[in-house]
Amino acid sequence: MTQTASKLSRDDVVVLRRGVRLQFESSQDRWVLLYPEGMVQLGDTALEVLKRLDGIRDINQVIRDLDQAYDADTCADVIEFLEIALERLWITRNAR
Amino acid sequence: MKDSGSRATPGNQLLWVLAELTYGCPLHCVYCSNPVALSHHTNELTTGVWLRAFEEARDLGAAQLGFSGGEPLLRDDLETLVRRASRLGYYTNLITSGIGLDEKRAHALRDAGLDHVQLSLQDSTRELNDFLARANTFDLKLRVAHLLRTIGYPIVLNVVIHRRNIDHVPEILTLAERLEVDYLELANTQFYGWALLNRDALLPSREQVDRAEEAVRKFRERIGDRMKVYFVASDYHERRPKACTGGWGVMYLSIAPDGTASPCNQARAITGMDFPKISERSIAWIWRESPAFSRFRGFDWMTEPCASCPERFQDFGGCRCQAFLLTGDAANTDPVCELSPRHNLVLDAVARANLSGATASLRFREAKGESRRDKNLGRKRQRNS
Repeated sequence: MTQTASKLSRDDVVVLRRGVRLQFESSQDRWVLLYPEGMVQLGDTALEVLKRLDGIRDINQVIRDLDQAYDADTCADVIEFLEIALERLWITRNAR
Repeated sequence: MKDSGSRATPGNQLLWVLAELTYGCPLHCVYCSNPVALSHHTNELTTGVWLRAFEEARDLGAAQLGFSGGEPLLRDDLETLVRRASRLGYYTNLITSGIGLDEKRAHALRDAGLDHVQLSLQDSTRELNDFLARANTFDLKLRVAHLLRTIGYPIVLNVVIHRRNIDHVPEILTLAERLEVDYLELANTQFYGWALLNRDALLPSREQVDRAEEAVRKFRERIGDRMKVYFVASDYHERRPKACTGGWGVMYLSIAPDGTASPCNQARAITGMDFPKISERSIAWIWRESPAFSRFRGFDWMTEPCASCPERFQDFGGCRCQAFLLTGDAANTDPVCELSPRHNLVLDAVARANLSGATASLRFREAKGESRRDKNLGRKRQRNS
C-alpha cells in the first residue's frame, strides 16, 4: 500500500463506517466484520475495540476501558489497529 | 494484540453466494460477462426456489450474498428475496446498472434490509458511457449515485476498464470524488463472455495500464481515507495468474438464472462438466458432494507445471475457465502464467490488441439471434483522442 498513513489522535471519536456491520457467525464460531465486497474474521482484541466504538467515547476512553478490562497497557495496539481499520474504511472519524 | 483481522480463508467453507437472478438487461455492454449464447427470460427460477437456496446456503455458513444478473432490478420479487436474505443474516449486495432504481424502489429495498448497492458506470463521459452500453444511462447513473447518498448507503461504484476508457481514469477518479464515492472499483476487463469476443478491441496496452496505475497512486495519496480505490489490473499483463475465487469450490458459489450452480459464474463455459441445478439438488449436496464442485478442488487434479510448483498454494493454478477458454482443457495451467507452455496465447493476444486494438470492431451484447457491429468506432475514437 502506498496510501498515506491515516493518523489518528487520541481525542478522535471513531465509529463503524456506514455499510459496515459487526456480526457473530455461528458456523465459524467467531465474530466477523462485513462490509462492501469483503469480510474479515476478528480476533478477540479487534472485536473488543470495535464493540466499544459507540460514537460517544473518544479513543482515549476506549483505551482506558480496555486497559482496565485487560489489566494491561493497550494504547499502542489499539491505535495501531484503529489506523489499519481507518485505512481499510471499516471505521470513520465521524458518523459519515 | 496482533489480531487486526485476517482474511477469511478457511478450507472449503462456503462464504459467498452470487445469485444471478436474470440474464435480462437493458444494457448491451461490449464486455458483459454473461454467456454469449445466452437465452434470457427463459427458465428463470421461482421466488420459492431462490428462497430455499438462500436458507440452505446460510445454514452452510454463507455470509455474503450478491444479487446480480443481467439486471436484478428486472425481477419484481427482488424486495422479497432481499428481505428474507437479510433476515437470515446475510450481508446483501445489489449489483446493478441503476436502471429501474427510482426513489420508491430504493427505499423499499433499504426497508427490506439491503446492505449496499454496487452501481456500474461505463465511463466518465456521457458519450462513451452511453456508447459502450448502447443505452443513454449516464445522467440516470449520476442521479442514482446521489439517491444512494441521500438515503444513507455507501456508494460503491464499479467501472469496467479497457482500452477504450482506460485513458479516462484520471477523469473517472475526479468524477468519483465529486460523487463522494466510498469505494471505487476500477476493474480491468476480464476476458470471458462478450469481453473475450471483443478482446482485440478491449485489451489495453501495458503503457496504458502503467499510466492508469500511476494516476490511481497519486489520487490515493491525495484522497487518503475518504475513498477506497481498487485497481484490478488485467491478468493478461501479469506474469502469474490470479487466485481465481480463492480456489475452485473453496468459498464461492454462483447460481445462474436457470438454477445452474457452479464455483464461478464463468464456469458454465467449460464443456463436459455436469453442473448441478438448485431446483434439483440441495445446496449442501451441491457444495459437499457434487462431482462438479470437487473436480478442481485441492491440488491433485493439477498437471505440470502447476503440479510441482511451489506457488500452487497461492494461485491454485489460476482460473479454470480461462484455462479452458484459451487452451481447450480446464485442467491446464492458466496460460496467463509465464510458466505455462501455452503462455504465447496471452502474449499473442496482447500483441494483436496493440496492433489493431484502436480500430478493431466491437460486438455489443445481444440476445441470441441478433447481432450488431460497429465498424466505425475505432476511427471515431481515434478522431476524438
